[in-house]
Amino acid sequence: MTTALPQGILETFQPSQDGATEDMVVNIGPQHPSTHGVLRLVTTLDGEVVKAMEPVIGYLHRSKEKMAETRSYFQYQPTIDRVEYLSSFYDHYVYVTALERLAGLSVPRRVQYLRMITMELNRITSHLLWFGTFLLDLGASSPFFYAFRDREKIFSLLESITGARMMYNYYRFGGLNQDAPPGWLDEVRRVINELPHRFDEYEAIVNKNPIILDRCVGVGIVDKPTLLAYGVTGPSLRASGVAQDLRKTNPYCCYDEVDFDVPTQTVGDVYARYVVRMGEMRESLRIVHQALDQIPGGDTAQINALRAEYQAIADTVDAAKKRVALAKKAEQTPSPDDVAQAAIPAPELDFDSRFQGAKINLLTWKPPAGEAFAQVESPRGMLGCYLISDGSPKAYRVKWRGASFSNLSILPSMMVGNLYPDLMAIFGSLDVILPEVDR
Amino acid sequence: MLLVWAFLVYGAIATLAQAAVIFMVLMERKALAWLTQRKGPNRVGPAGLLQTLADGVKLLFKEDIMTPGQNKVLFTLAPALFLFPVFPLFALIPFTDYLWGVSLPTGALLLFAISSITTVAVVLAGWASDNKYSLLGGVRSAAQAISYEIPLIMAALAVCLFAGTMNLRGIVEAQQGPLGAIGWFGLYLTPVSFLIFLIASLAEVNRIPFDLPEAESELVSGYNTEYSGMKFAMYFLAEYAALFVMSALAVVFFAGGYLSPLAGVQWGDMTFGPTLAQSVGLAQWVAEATRMPSLGGLLIQLEMAFWFILKTYGFIFFAMWIRGTLPRLKPDQLMGFSWKFLIPLALINVFVVALQRFWAPPASSLAAWGAQAAANWPMALAWLLTLIVGIGGFYVASARAFSRRLNARIARS
Repeated sequence: MTTALPQGILETFQPSQDGATEDMVVNIGPQHPSTHGVLRLVTTLDGEVVKAMEPVIGYLHRSKEKMAETRSYFQYQPTIDRVEYLSSFYDHYVYVTALERLAGLSVPRRVQYLRMITMELNRITSHLLWFGTFLLDLGASSPFFYAFRDREKIFSLLESITGARMMYNYYRFGGLNQDAPPGWLDEVRRVINELPHRFDEYEAIVNKNPIILDRCVGVGIVDKPTLLAYGVTGPSLRASGVAQDLRKTNPYCCYDEVDFDVPTQTVGDVYARYVVRMGEMRESLRIVHQALDQIPGGDTAQINALRAEYQAIADTVDAAKKRVALAKKAEQTPSPDDVAQAAIPAPELDFDSRFQGAKINLLTWKPPAGEAFAQVESPRGMLGCYLISDGSPKAYRVKWRGASFSNLSILPSMMVGNLYPDLMAIFGSLDVILPEVDR
Repeated sequence: MLLVWAFLVYGAIATLAQAAVIFMVLMERKALAWLTQRKGPNRVGPAGLLQTLADGVKLLFKEDIMTPGQNKVLFTLAPALFLFPVFPLFALIPFTDYLWGVSLPTGALLLFAISSITTVAVVLAGWASDNKYSLLGGVRSAAQAISYEIPLIMAALAVCLFAGTMNLRGIVEAQQGPLGAIGWFGLYLTPVSFLIFLIASLAEVNRIPFDLPEAESELVSGYNTEYSGMKFAMYFLAEYAALFVMSALAVVFFAGGYLSPLAGVQWGDMTFGPTLAQSVGLAQWVAEATRMPSLGGLLIQLEMAFWFILKTYGFIFFAMWIRGTLPRLKPDQLMGFSWKFLIPLALINVFVVALQRFWAPPASSLAAWGAQAAANWPMALAWLLTLIVGIGGFYVASARAFSRRLNARIARS
């Protein structure tokens, strides 16, 4: 796929005329250290002042929407956690929720709470990475490593519940892949009790640093009408004074059962966006704390007993299989008893009957024909999934609405007249994830 | 014959400088790892000590890439022009009162003159690379070098006025007085010059927060974006060697050079000498016990070299610490900071130092210095004002800039 130079950018280019200074067209990206992924910003510079800018996307296009039409619903699911690779829970959440709405599946409360906890933890990891890379764009390297250090702790938590460190394929239609392992909730509480202290450390590095203040305060100011016109959502919108948060305005999961605030700022500059994101991480911790207190069920003793029971069955089956294998090896006809025992199917490990997801045969499941839309407040704003089903095992059409696309679209209008180093600060503050732009 | 001799001496100095750089690269990686709570190199050699050598071998075997649009002659010349002027600087540094390459009456001046050649190389590299990032980096480098060499030399000028000489060894010797450790220019007599010198020298060797010519998150790698293999290694080498020279210069100007930290301090009946070995009579004892006066002298020389290297690496660590702490400025902020704040401050500082030299010759003891200051109260007042301007000015300036931004924020929202 070739990408032509966008119309309009060359018209701003002024060639040298009799001693006049010459503008410079600089391609920032696709392999620029600050474009976090493959973004190309065709920029016209007059010295170091940006005169015009045009983002060119399409280098990363991975046809996620088309892939949905060629795979069964469940087969498609593992591919979508690469859409927004820093917070894949949200992609799975909207996809699974859209399907649940389509099929009218009810979701147990414990599942909703676990989804809420994992999503909020994922929001913290996403914001931590943003914090690190944003300051790296400003030239500060240490916060990057500090953020990664704390991110790893949450990754370990999420790994122990999902089996993956970044690409979580955990939610199922009507349920989850599995319940939280024993002791996991206590471990979550232990880790998140450490985090406020870390956030204090981050703010001690950043909040009073004169260089950071000089580079962030009053830079990249954008007002409410512009933001709303471009469809910007998430922290970038809340930094300009619009307290728009789907968790409050359109509660999903059990967000109406927990108490939290929506951090907002009024100024709408780079610094305000930083403050909002730091506030959001603390609010996420509040949500997780309350969710840990309120989560229903989850009696670990009961689950352990069930585990032991099913393990015993599995062991019996294994022993039988081994006997059959030994018999075959000895070239003896296995006894009918052995054959019968070996034919016992492996027990379905839905040890917690509250998880409806486990009852669906995922590979052949056909939701009814119809269409559904689900949306979630992802770390970058509103993430939506629109899904049309024709009743077959494959989706007829899936459309993603990523927050990063709008957040990137507003960049040119914020950049004109600013300095080139400001571009890095402003672009970094918008927290754009390119796979979400290019799906 | 003279040419051969000069070549040999240059080679010897270059080898010494590279040995220092090999250690500094490892030190930087270890220091940054420590600051960011990581481990740093620990695989190659014992405790990762051979890491820099491994890096060097790797760079030797890397492909030397040139793109068609580049001016091949200038592109190749630039790293050489960047590297070669750094080594003569080592010859000017007095590591001890015996170990130095050349001792010129205008040593400080020559040092600054030679070190400014590297700017030409950076501009050349930026222009010859046929890369817009490199061009921007080269232009930024020129602007930065012009802006920061003025306060740097002004700060050094204040010291030279104080010491009454531009000879680097003379400046060190001038700090060995009855005032002792507090007689070090940086800590007591010219603190404003010291601050200006620290800030401007960071900018002069392109260290964070003034690493604008190679700002990797903005200009990819600035003027050296297009360089690979050993050409890149030459830039790398020269930058670290320049950092060593700047730190050594800070030690010479402000931290007593090769003098022991106790030199000149009075303790009871004893006055500490330039080295501890002299002060406690160790050198004398060794010389008498072994009947080899040179062995005692060697001991003194070793101690002086030890103090010099220790202090120098202290300053180098300071630069690394800053790198682990601060982000990067914007070019306009960099220029503004230099022209609106550092240069006026440096001018005032030179004026005050000159006044003091005019009114009051160097005092022979701390008490005499105090009495002098009391007698010349206008001068003392001027000193106090410079101190207030110097230390308070930065905070005031940053607070004013911040409130201006804040007002802009409020006005626009």
